[in-house]
Amino acid sequence: MPAAGRTLAQATLTDPLIRNNPITLQMLGICSALAVTTRLDKALVMAVSLTCVAGLASLMVSLIRNATPAAIRIIVQLAIVSSLVIVVDQVLKAYLYEISLELSVFVGLIITNCIVLGRTEGFAMQNPPLLSFLDGVGNGLGYGLVLLAVGFVREFIGTGKVFGYTVLPSVYEGGWYVPNSMFLLAPAAFFIIAAMIWLLRTWYPEQQEEG
Amino acid sequence: MEHYLNLAIKAIFIENMALAFFLGMCSFLACSRKVETAFGLGIAVVFVQTLTLPLNNLLLNHLLAEGALGWIHPVLAGLDFTFLTFIVFISTIAAAVQIVEMALDRYFPALYTSLGVFLPLIAVNCAILGGSLFMQERDYTFAESVVFAIGSGTGFMLAIVALAAIREKMSYSNVPRGLRGLGIAFVATGLMSIGFMMFAGIQL
Repeated sequence: MPAAGRTLAQATLTDPLIRNNPITLQMLGICSALAVTTRLDKALVMAVSLTCVAGLASLMVSLIRNATPAAIRIIVQLAIVSSLVIVVDQVLKAYLYEISLELSVFVGLIITNCIVLGRTEGFAMQNPPLLSFLDGVGNGLGYGLVLLAVGFVREFIGTGKVFGYTVLPSVYEGGWYVPNSMFLLAPAAFFIIAAMIWLLRTWYPEQQEEG
Repeated sequence: MEHYLNLAIKAIFIENMALAFFLGMCSFLACSRKVETAFGLGIAVVFVQTLTLPLNNLLLNHLLAEGALGWIHPVLAGLDFTFLTFIVFISTIAAAVQIVEMALDRYFPALYTSLGVFLPLIAVNCAILGGSLFMQERDYTFAESVVFAIGSGTGFMLAIVALAAIREKMSYSNVPRGLRGLGIAFVATGLMSIGFMMFAGIQL
């Protein structure tokens, strides 16, 4: 739904950021949103990788959308996405080896990240290449925003640091802040996302579900 | 024997795919409104996981790993194709799902109608691909990968059926408007995840 005064391309790029966010509204790509957010640097690397893959995959799928038989479209999309992910994985291993070790299987899991497949299947198969590219990038950025927000809360409360720099000196290092390490564990991620959904849906009441 | 039992316990409870590694979350939340659907999806996950994970293990160890091609010709012994694992794993999974779907349709129509809708979903379920990637990362042998496949599939089924049961009960509760649906499902999953953390450290 493009708002008045904005072009279609602008709306395609910016709508997924908050209003139509892939994680909180479309329920896509939740797996990795929870797993890689214990530290901000991991979340940032993941967000950038996913945005690249989502944008390029949408572009390529859209380019060959008229030549792809409907029966094998999923496997074509999977092949395109996994080739892109292999490239991303090799780049990460070459330049950011430490972080790629910590992300472990989650880089590979971008292949099955529902955001990428959801957008190629739901948008890029019907729309021209440039618009599809913007849609992919927009959804990647929307995902990245949520990832960074969750990562900020978890790292800040869990260790008192932001991007690895000490903000609140913890008691273990002679400071006063007692880190709440529950925020580094799995359950906290679920609660933070739940709180974000609650906030967003109070803001946009039309997104509330019945029952 | 004890080693394998330990591995299975670990895969089901301690390192539960859904609650500890957040894998397969999308279908975990989308298909857990009813116990019946959740059970169908769970069975399908166990089935596909048990089929594809050992298969991927064989492919990895006999085709892709460094020096694995030596059995064809000594010249090929120096090759390392591990960078191709992603595309090989996902192709195996997509192909296996397709074959299972057609075979069920032909020979077990009753089972097909109950599982049918979930099978295509499973090709892109992160729990399946994640299982194969964990198998690669942890260097499981063939026997270990069979045990791990059954265990991780069962763990996922256990978690999704439990969440579905909780959500069915929750339809009687007065949940704040903004939290209804997805929000409260996250809170419930978080509480379950705390529960499953109590299993940590169990050893036979």
